[in-house]
Amino acid sequence: MSFPWAKHYEPKSAFTKWIDARLPLPRFVYSAVGGGYPVPRNLNYFWNFGFLAGLALMIQIVSGIVLAMHYDPSAVGAFNSVEHIMRDVNSGWFLRYAHATGASFFFIVIYIHIFRGLYFGSYKAPREMIWLLGVLIFLLMMATAFMGYVLPWGQMSFWGARVITGFFSAIPFVGEPIRQLLLGGFAPDDAALNRFFALHYLLPFVILGVVILHIWALHIPGSSNPTGIEVKEEQDTVPFHPYYTAKDGFGVAVYLTLFAIVVFFMPNIVASPDNYIPANPLSTPAHIEPEWYFWPFYAILRAFTGDFMGVPAKLWGVIAMFASILLLFFLPWIDTSPVRSTNYRPLYKKFFWALVADILLLGWMGKSPAEQPYVVISQLAAIYYFAHFLIILPIVSRIERPLPLPMSITEAVLAKNNKAHAPVGLTVQPAE
Amino acid sequence: MRILAPIAVGSAFVLALLYAILHAAMTGGMAGPDMTAARLFHKEPKELSLPSDGPFGKYDREQLQRGFQVYKEVCSACHSMKLLSFADLRGLGYNEAEVKAIAKSWPVQQPSISDKTGEVNSRPNIPSDHFPSPFANETAARAANNGALPPDFSLITKAREGGAAYVYSLVTGYQDVPAEQSKMFPDTKPDSKHYYNPYFAALNIGMPPPLKSDGLVTYADGTKATKEQMAADVAAFLTWTAEPKLENRHTAGLASVLFLMMFAVFCYLSYRAIWAGKDH
Repeated sequence: MSFPWAKHYEPKSAFTKWIDARLPLPRFVYSAVGGGYPVPRNLNYFWNFGFLAGLALMIQIVSGIVLAMHYDPSAVGAFNSVEHIMRDVNSGWFLRYAHATGASFFFIVIYIHIFRGLYFGSYKAPREMIWLLGVLIFLLMMATAFMGYVLPWGQMSFWGARVITGFFSAIPFVGEPIRQLLLGGFAPDDAALNRFFALHYLLPFVILGVVILHIWALHIPGSSNPTGIEVKEEQDTVPFHPYYTAKDGFGVAVYLTLFAIVVFFMPNIVASPDNYIPANPLSTPAHIEPEWYFWPFYAILRAFTGDFMGVPAKLWGVIAMFASILLLFFLPWIDTSPVRSTNYRPLYKKFFWALVADILLLGWMGKSPAEQPYVVISQLAAIYYFAHFLIILPIVSRIERPLPLPMSITEAVLAKNNKAHAPVGLTVQPAE
Repeated sequence: MRILAPIAVGSAFVLALLYAILHAAMTGGMAGPDMTAARLFHKEPKELSLPSDGPFGKYDREQLQRGFQVYKEVCSACHSMKLLSFADLRGLGYNEAEVKAIAKSWPVQQPSISDKTGEVNSRPNIPSDHFPSPFANETAARAANNGALPPDFSLITKAREGGAAYVYSLVTGYQDVPAEQSKMFPDTKPDSKHYYNPYFAALNIGMPPPLKSDGLVTYADGTKATKEQMAADVAAFLTWTAEPKLENRHTAGLASVLFLMMFAVFCYLSYRAIWAGKDH
């Protein structure tokens, strides 16, 4: 579907006409990300992060494929092959640092993208399918990142794999067989490393497939926007190209600059020193902690310290950790407020920022050792996390009185700009 | 009905957490961790500044050669450096002939198998050999070191919190047990096989002080070999062994970041030009 005023691709030369009649790929691109895709004119910089996420995925895939050419997925050779890449492979240090810090950048982008969706109500009808596919991508990313972190076979790789696969043994009856199936043995070793490598290579392409569905689903209703009101007429929109290609281009340049600063000047800023020690099953590191992007979920896992209602604490933790992500699948139906943008939801706005602070606090607790007072703080923070989505949100969306919405996107844009610099006329100049 | 389902699920998690807090409060689980000697007396590394620090950092080849000399004459008796080959020493500014000579005269020989009899024996090192380990295996290393295992040095500055400053602090940080610690934790005194070092996480370390006195090595370039000088030089050398491509990284990084910053300016200007007159 598209808006009635969307422009259509018109092949001009004989060659493009020939192509268009046989494989209309240029027509497809034109309607997807070209002049034929009308997009709300009022998107702010937070709408850059979808494009950046796609870029981050491509950087991971390209750097990862080249790294795989030099990597040895065996318990004896993995650690040394990574150091071989760092020392002997031409520009291998660049590939590895780009891939390792690229994962962190990917997660930063995805977290901003998710919170953009939460704040502006991008998950609400008619965009539920985009959101569901997005949560699925997030889950696949977490699995991919976890398995990727095991591959260098350092101390944190090994012990992280042991702890994470150990979660499964909390499931009654089938837990232990599942754990052994995942690892291909009783503890992480060659079998686990080989299957993790195979899956770490496979999953990014599964992610890519779901990303294509995610973008397809996006093109049915079109992009949301900061006001949360739907596009009504042509002047509410601009063609994706050149308007948003230019804006995304600027976003990409800023992103790559920040990425280069980290890759070239502080590549180990989020690396654990323990992972530069080869895996040793006989020596447990003092603190086993996952990568920073898992800290909030790790804090939730460890917050459940009491056996409750006949369910052991460990199983509570595992259920809660998975539930903390899976509940996002139900968000479009938990939040029943018809208003999308939190800008017009004064009560929910307070809870939204409380949630942001809460997740940052959970992250800090996930990094901290499992001792008081960190445990009780993570318990209180986890209480807010679940209460926010499952108790506060359904109630707030029923009792809240939203602020009046503007009549149209264009009206909102002009009102904002008139406030910013007073006597600007209401006339909208054509850009080209 | 639709509002009740999420609230019921949410309440279950909230109650389980409230129960966990209550349970901890009732059973004394609210107390903080015990104060251990390591918690109170472990020190952060001292300040150490090296020429390789910062975004424009470059290695000082003379310092690296001095550090290598300290490694060769002091550390290498116990600590291996498996990831480096003799040929890598060209990165310190040695020429082919010097590298060959260093490899040939290295005190530990390379294990080899006789191609006539198949017997295991050893031969002098050549530049393509990796540095041979001072001990045949882990058991031999522990047997010779009161049960402690001297870690490999290839990546040591990246494998320890604090990096080069940690190495510098550790080798210069040996001291007597502070009186306060002896009073508070009388049983943390090091036994006859250990030495007190507040920069080591466990406080008592199995390694005897490696740089016992000034002038332990004689530098060819005339630099005075104080304990601090030797420690800083070996820390610089071990920064290089862990990250031999640091200078390439800094050079490439400077060019990349400058290019990308200019690229970002041009992208911003095109964005402004394209959107000119379009309120958004």
